[in-house]
Amino acid sequence: MRILLAAALALLMTACAQRGTGDLGLVVERADGRLMVVETSGSTRLAGIDGLGDLSHAALVYSRDERYAFVFGRDGGLTKVDLLSASIVGRVMQSGNSIGGAISQDGSLVAVANYTPGGIKVFDSRTLAQVADIPALGADGKASKVIGIADLPGKRFIYTLYDAGEIWIADLADLQAPRLTKFTNIGKLPYDALVTGDGRWYLAGLFGEDGIALLDLWNTDQGVRRILDHYGKGQEALPVYKMPHLRGWAAAGDEVWLPAIGHHQVLVVDKGKWTEKTRIDVAGQPVFAMARPDGRQVWVNFALPDYSKVQVIDTQTKRVIKTLEPGLAILHMEFTPRGERVWLSARDSDKVVVYDTETLEQVAEMPAVKPSGIFFTNRAHKTGL
Amino acid sequence: MRLIAGFVGLGASLLLAWPAVAQVSPARQDRLREMVAQDCGSCHGMTRKGGLGSPLLAEDMARLSSEAVIETILEGRPGTPMPPWKTMLSRDDAAWITAYLMGELK
Repeated sequence: MRILLAAALALLMTACAQRGTGDLGLVVERADGRLMVVETSGSTRLAGIDGLGDLSHAALVYSRDERYAFVFGRDGGLTKVDLLSASIVGRVMQSGNSIGGAISQDGSLVAVANYTPGGIKVFDSRTLAQVADIPALGADGKASKVIGIADLPGKRFIYTLYDAGEIWIADLADLQAPRLTKFTNIGKLPYDALVTGDGRWYLAGLFGEDGIALLDLWNTDQGVRRILDHYGKGQEALPVYKMPHLRGWAAAGDEVWLPAIGHHQVLVVDKGKWTEKTRIDVAGQPVFAMARPDGRQVWVNFALPDYSKVQVIDTQTKRVIKTLEPGLAILHMEFTPRGERVWLSARDSDKVVVYDTETLEQVAEMPAVKPSGIFFTNRAHKTGL
Repeated sequence: MRLIAGFVGLGASLLLAWPAVAQVSPARQDRLREMVAQDCGSCHGMTRKGGLGSPLLAEDMARLSSEAVIETILEGRPGTPMPPWKTMLSRDDAAWITAYLMGELK
């Protein structure tokens, strides 16, 4: 086994120059500060990359050539890894505590959103040299945690100030003088945000009040408006044991599928009108609601104590067609680029499991130490991921 | 009546804060350690240096009373994302976690 692994590694190293990366991905082993390099054609693990620090709540983005990943660690580390050589090629400790990041449309800049001290820092994606440092001081003058960062067309990034309740757009066309556009009073405690895949809509979920703050990026002069005023905790809401992750918000056709907050439901919203069409009862408080790439299914995972279940919803009939129990504490799901398979991380079972999305049967699994996020390289070419 | 209940509650939590350690089975302690690292860690960081939630390092905890921490774990903090954990954790569990966070237990 060991020899096989060594041989596979050696093969990977020597095959560096020849191998493509379109079927590769990374799985975060959060407790050990390690990444697994995986491939989705045969559903196997290829190698491990150690030394990434505190990876609780780690996220990453890919270079446009799909060879490198930029990993954002909780400890403020920004690490650039090479998938082909399975090694770290650059690492900077850029803050005390970070939450995520984004890569610019042209791939030249990587921006990191920080909690401590709050703000964003921007780096040259080739060298990891810092090119901008933009503190997040709200209208009240206080430093704010930054969440929900995403790329916009041009060298622009959009993000949200958690404490101050503001949305900012930073335009880095001129690195010497970044231009900021600020939208204030968007609502209380925006905890996560996303930009839709077409780059038009930016939505920030509010924890401190009901509703979602929406910005039409094609018409920013119209400002931020509030939609889905009933979205949120409402009257008989349950305690929220894990914040829904908005980047999982699934857009399938003209519908956006959102995890309800504090309810055992997924909401179906008309994209464009931004009104609720229906809500679907599910097995727990949803964390991610993710659409298969063709939009035909939405897969949902849950917060404690229901986090060992996963449900599959048919988007045409809007019915739960299967409840799966792939392992203990399912933290994340990622579809292969065209969606024939989905990978799930089962943190407390210390494994990653792979399902066929047509038969809904398990087709592979591999050991992983406390796996969390799974990221395939096709994210490289998607706005907002 | 409320005052009495309050006193009884306070007395009970004071009494429980220490003996609770003995009342949490070793298997449950393993589970609680895991929960602190993984589930509390989602917001407070696996190394407890904070995230969306406050840092929970021993020096941060030293500023708080055990009772306040136990109450926060069980009842949550309204107006913040900290939820009440009483549906999943008993008072003994919360007392054990408090002592663990304060560095009084391993």
